[in-house]
Amino acid sequence: MSTTGYNFAYLDEQTKRMIRRAILKAIAIPGYQVPFASREMPMPYGWGTGGVQVTAAIIGHDDVLKVIDQGSDDTTNAVSIRKFFAKTAGVATTTRTREATIIQTRHRIPEAPLREGQIIVYQVPIPEPLRFLEPRETETRRLHALNDYGLMHVKLYEDIARHGHIATTYAYPVQVAGRYVMDPSPIPKFDNPKMHMSPALQLFGAGREKRIYAVPPHTPVKSLDFDDHPFAVQHFDKPCALCGAERVYLDEVVLDDRGGRMFVCSDTDYCEERRAQGHAGAMAPDGARAQPGEAGHGR
Amino acid sequence: MAADDDLPLLSVRGLTKYYGDRLGCADVSFDLFEGEVLAIVGESGSGKSTLLSLLASELAATSGAVRYRFRDGVTRDLAALDEAERRHLLRTDWGFVRQDAREGLRMGVSAGGNVGERLMAVGARHYGDIRATALDWLGRVEIDAARVDDTPHGFSGGMRQRLQVARNLVTGPRLVFMDEPTSGLDVSVQARLLDLVRSLVRDMGLAVIIVTHDLAVARLLSHRIMVMRRGFVIEHGLADQVLDDPREAYTQLLVSSVLAA
Repeated sequence: MSTTGYNFAYLDEQTKRMIRRAILKAIAIPGYQVPFASREMPMPYGWGTGGVQVTAAIIGHDDVLKVIDQGSDDTTNAVSIRKFFAKTAGVATTTRTREATIIQTRHRIPEAPLREGQIIVYQVPIPEPLRFLEPRETETRRLHALNDYGLMHVKLYEDIARHGHIATTYAYPVQVAGRYVMDPSPIPKFDNPKMHMSPALQLFGAGREKRIYAVPPHTPVKSLDFDDHPFAVQHFDKPCALCGAERVYLDEVVLDDRGGRMFVCSDTDYCEERRAQGHAGAMAPDGARAQPGEAGHGR
Repeated sequence: MAADDDLPLLSVRGLTKYYGDRLGCADVSFDLFEGEVLAIVGESGSGKSTLLSLLASELAATSGAVRYRFRDGVTRDLAALDEAERRHLLRTDWGFVRQDAREGLRMGVSAGGNVGERLMAVGARHYGDIRATALDWLGRVEIDAARVDDTPHGFSGGMRQRLQVARNLVTGPRLVFMDEPTSGLDVSVQARLLDLVRSLVRDMGLAVIIVTHDLAVARLLSHRIMVMRRGFVIEHGLADQVLDDPREAYTQLLVSSVLAA
């Protein structure tokens, strides 16, 4: 390993202890935003500095890391963070959800169900679900403390009044363990039900806003709604064009300038795995051959 | 129940507020009964807004006590309430109509959302019901139902004040504070708002404490008047009595300085 003179996983031990204390507190109070002394990281804010610090604080030699950005393992953000930890911690990396022990994610929860022992780390841009309703931090803290969440429903009310339905499609507010209302980070609301009673530990890191929060395993997570406008996830008319998967979250890919488009799994690992198993969608290449993944599997 | 009605709704004793060395208001005592409208009049800086903030427990008093009879019939000292109880009281049993509608409304939220906010804050979770109630209240304050999804940005001053009234009364409060609700409105709009407030007060049996520098407003709405000057209450009595037969020289001056139309 070429990291002589550097600490394992980039952060110094004191910083890791500080972050771990924040994580422990966050786990003890599900959904509560714990302030922490966020460090400068060698990447700009908005690129996952919070998630990287959480991952750096919890990662060990034996961990296997997967990093996704919008469900994909091979976008810039995912590749650079994966390389960062391969270099600073020398840990094994993977693109396979099932093989990973830590999954750092931006904007998605993998399609393959998470299992006990896995940790999913979310990169969070704005941790405060009430932020756009109440700009004062002192006031939002008070609202959380007093369990005073009527304002959140005002936002949903406005959605229905303007659009006829709850038009919030990502960062959809949830109530954790019947107490704190939490921003699940900008994941599509399609993924919200996956948080409910998940056997995996869910950690959220916001670097610029200096907050960490968590959902412990097997914790109820309820998406807020109205009695007569119940929470519902997005529905796609067609299955994935490459692997034929249904009931998964799809990305729209524009093919030409004449309206041609296809819908494919946003979770690239899930799509590849299905194609390797022989599933094929309407626009799959002939023979449905498994395409070699861009990123290497493990090291 | 009948026995309860004989007890005051709000009971104020020796209420005093100092801002450092400077006096806000001193030694104010009165009782307010259900359905009663009390006007606090005085010139700018006489301490009437300070007094209103103290009564609404937005400011902590230097000394003295405000006691309120809750719906369960028990009279409690407001200073002893915790923050959660105080907020609950403010949005269920009380209302506060502010001079500047931008303080009392959520300007980025539609009229319907503004009216519905209190309902949602106390646990209403049925969109259809909330909207129906909001529409009903917009009708009662004479705002066109077609404006229910517009934000108050596009509302005139009078409409904003009426929306504030609706937003505050939607939970059926028993006590409403009003801080100069008509100032900044032109005369015909003022008259319409006063008319509306008067009929709502009568229909709902509201107790109101209204702060105003406009004696005409006080005469039109209130049963009793308190005149304040330099932080002290200098005269207190029935509205007509104070206005028609003022005892204090200062009150006489106030009454005589009203411009005849």
